[in-house]
Amino acid sequence: MNPDVWPAVLGRFQWHSLPFVRAWENPTASELIGAGAALIVIVGAVLAIALISWLGKWRYLWSEWLTSLDHKKIGIMYIALALVMLSRALIEAVLMRMQQASAINSAGFIAPDHFAQLFSTHGSIMIFFMAMPFLTGAINFVMPLQIGVRDVAFPLLNSISLWLTGGAAGLMMVSLVVGRFSTGGWTGYPPYTELAFSPGVGVDYWIWAVSLGSVGSTLTGLNFAVTIYKMRCPGMTLMRMPMFVWTALCTSIMMVFAMPPLTVATALLALDRYLGFHFFTNDLGGNMMNYANLFWLFGHPEVYILILPAFGVYSEVVSTFSTKRLCGYTSLVLATMAIAILSFTVWVHHFFTMGQSPNINAVFGIATMAIGVPTGVKIYDWIWTMFRGEVRFTVPMLYSLAFMITFMLGGLSGIILAFPPLDYLVHNTLFLVAHFHNVIIPGVLYGLLAGYHYWFPKAFGFRLSEKWGRVSFACWLVGFYLAFMPLYVLGFAGVSRRTQGMFDPAFRPWLYIAGAGALILLAALGALLVQLWVSVRDRDDNRVATGDPWDGRGLEWSVSAPPPEYNFAVIPHVASRDAFYGEKRDGDPYAPPARYEDIELPKNSRTGPVIGIVGAAAAFGLVWHMWWLATLGVVTIVATVIARSFVRDVRRTIPAAEVERVERSWLHAVAEAKAIPREIETTSANQGLAEASA
Amino acid sequence: MKISRALPLLIATTAIFLLSGCAALKLGVVNHAGPIAESQWRLYVIVGIVLLFVAAPVLLLTPLIAWHYRLSNKHHAYKPKWTFSWTLEGFIWIPPIGIVIGLGFVLWRYTHTLDPYRALASDQPALEVQAVGFDWKWLFIYPKQHVAAVNELAIPVGRPIHISLTSGTVMQSLLIPQLAGQIYAMAGMTTQLNLAASRQGAFLGENTQFNGEGFQNQKFKVIALPTADFDGWLARVKASSHPLDSEALVQLFQQSSPPQPIFFSSTSPNLFKQILTKSQEPRR
Repeated sequence: MNPDVWPAVLGRFQWHSLPFVRAWENPTASELIGAGAALIVIVGAVLAIALISWLGKWRYLWSEWLTSLDHKKIGIMYIALALVMLSRALIEAVLMRMQQASAINSAGFIAPDHFAQLFSTHGSIMIFFMAMPFLTGAINFVMPLQIGVRDVAFPLLNSISLWLTGGAAGLMMVSLVVGRFSTGGWTGYPPYTELAFSPGVGVDYWIWAVSLGSVGSTLTGLNFAVTIYKMRCPGMTLMRMPMFVWTALCTSIMMVFAMPPLTVATALLALDRYLGFHFFTNDLGGNMMNYANLFWLFGHPEVYILILPAFGVYSEVVSTFSTKRLCGYTSLVLATMAIAILSFTVWVHHFFTMGQSPNINAVFGIATMAIGVPTGVKIYDWIWTMFRGEVRFTVPMLYSLAFMITFMLGGLSGIILAFPPLDYLVHNTLFLVAHFHNVIIPGVLYGLLAGYHYWFPKAFGFRLSEKWGRVSFACWLVGFYLAFMPLYVLGFAGVSRRTQGMFDPAFRPWLYIAGAGALILLAALGALLVQLWVSVRDRDDNRVATGDPWDGRGLEWSVSAPPPEYNFAVIPHVASRDAFYGEKRDGDPYAPPARYEDIELPKNSRTGPVIGIVGAAAAFGLVWHMWWLATLGVVTIVATVIARSFVRDVRRTIPAAEVERVERSWLHAVAEAKAIPREIETTSANQGLAEASA
Repeated sequence: MKISRALPLLIATTAIFLLSGCAALKLGVVNHAGPIAESQWRLYVIVGIVLLFVAAPVLLLTPLIAWHYRLSNKHHAYKPKWTFSWTLEGFIWIPPIGIVIGLGFVLWRYTHTLDPYRALASDQPALEVQAVGFDWKWLFIYPKQHVAAVNELAIPVGRPIHISLTSGTVMQSLLIPQLAGQIYAMAGMTTQLNLAASRQGAFLGENTQFNGEGFQNQKFKVIALPTADFDGWLARVKASSHPLDSEALVQLFQQSSPPQPIFFSSTSPNLFKQILTKSQEPRR
């Protein structure tokens, strides 16, 4: 073949793009770690494929999961994705801590360029491919069950969002094996990320991964908001919605308004890099300050997009495990809305140091402090919920309590940073790193883990191991304090963030403590995986098929565990908040309906997987300048959407007889189950039927 | 080893470990060496004390209430339907709003008095310095004295310093924690920073905005000298006969991490302006 053809086919690809080749030629620890990571990705993928083939589960996987439009399965797939990405990004964090601890006036073992890739992927993954899929998955699974519907408003769109996110996450994994990732951090500030300073493929990987993910999230936001506005079951007025649905609603609205600035920012950066535009370049009138504004116009609301659903989880968990109605419901709703609105008015606090006038800085500083008020109100309302309740220290409740205290500390450092003159000193330092981990780890990760423990029995029909849950919780808690409290001190001493080397031996003790903390956090993840393994192994001892293991309050607990694919045999009517809880006390929630009817559900669709996979392939083509692949990908996506619009047969019917059979067998199990008091809810005696005490 | 003997040893080791850790803080604002950093430190203390009172109720009530109202404690009131009280609602909305308003006044005042663009009050005229961020070093130009230095900023004690900043490359941020907060330096644009040193000493200065492979090495010494010594420093630099000509300027635009400070005995009068223009020229 003519050698000139290769660039047209392979674009910018060279043998040196492969980490194995780099490690072979230059076998330093840094390159070997890179090659090792690539090897893990490849071996992991091969093993997964081999395992599925060996079990003969391809057809099952394809028809039951990958093409499913069932919101519950989509939710579970989102969370599985989040846990995989969490593992990678946490390992990266540990590597960074080890590097800094070993690099006090020495080179350490990770080269600067590699270190920069680590903090860029760590941040990008934790935000876009861990926290976002985790909360999207939780809302996907829980919200429709809580508002008494059978699916979200646009089930196909839901699948497309999942696959766009999955495709983007896939692109992040591919960047480990082919090429290098961006070194521009999760914020990707130009002009550093412009062609003049970062000519390689890294920034392009970042742009396209984030763009795919942000489009997916915008669509998710639309989908959830419409579902909550238009589809609630009869009687479910706005002020009867569970708190988690309120937070899901606010988060969805914020996604709709906050994700587009990000998509625009990355698109403009792409125009700069691909077509020679000058939006953010140093030359020809570009101005990076516009990027900073666009990015944080997304970036700040994003923090609350992440945190609000966790606040929703805490509201559910604290109320359930205090055996008490949620205190100050109206206050909590108002506080949630206030946070959602205020979060759009504070973005300048991410760059107080860009040289604007003190009037501007002061206004944004005060607006930032103002967010503290509704946030504080929420914490107090959870405390009042425990007040005069009967608190059970289950794993989700432990996470909630740890959150309240730890988040308070993170909020304090947030108020400090809201003061522009104080921010000037610790901006861009490890103090800032400590602060945002101090709010995001308790405010997002603890919340989602609490939700994971709380709703896992609902999703799979058996409880997670309480013992390993506690071990994991203890590690997440202790590890957090050890890993991040020292960073406050270091930041106060002027240690900048993103630094591969340390310049003073006085930092050593703090770096060692932080390093130990990082290892404990890794152990926490390990314990979480052990817990999953142990719980699956012992699942027959912990079944809660009846569906109500925690004496729950919302509609999600009124159906079997796992719920039938149609969620509700008969769409419920509610007359109050905490409808199911009231029904258990005053009525008979398990009374069979007068008659069963046919139920229509959306048929599976290949559209989502096709768009996600082809979208990721097109993005890969764009990254490597394989123009044929990019063109082919985009054409395929358009063709898929057109083809799908001609498909008329999109629904399938579950006959009434089938519904009746499933429901009768569940009601039979309910009748057989023994109702238990709360004292023994974490033992095998818990079959998912609660003793209605008061 | 017996526990009674091991314990003091353990305590001693931990104490030494932590004391050596406290040395870290000496590099920061806690050990302030100028009026700006001193005011900032005072503000940290004020805000810190207020925040202690804000945090205390949550930090105390959360564990106390959770433990007292635990399921196994049968000696407490259980009121599952109790969900609202105007008193408590007032308690959780009004005082926090009051605190934020109060802190708002403090914030407004300090943001204006500590505005980096605000000239320091003094009977001496400010010393003009122009700082340029390059990959991965800082150039400090003394425009009136026509000298410049890379990675060393000498200043006279007690005299206000007015720094104009720009970047010859990507965005950077100049921070001298013991003297003042940071400000960004951006190509084609000028930002400003006012500071002063109130005592003699050598302080750490750095770029805090990641700008590539040499980022971690982009540190410099700020040397605060008595006026006479500062004049001596200027004279020494002038005598070095190493002019910052166009060739040297091209070198500065190259990526490098100079291991030692570099001194330039003379500069062109409008060097800063030249750099402002040059940094906006296409690189490729």
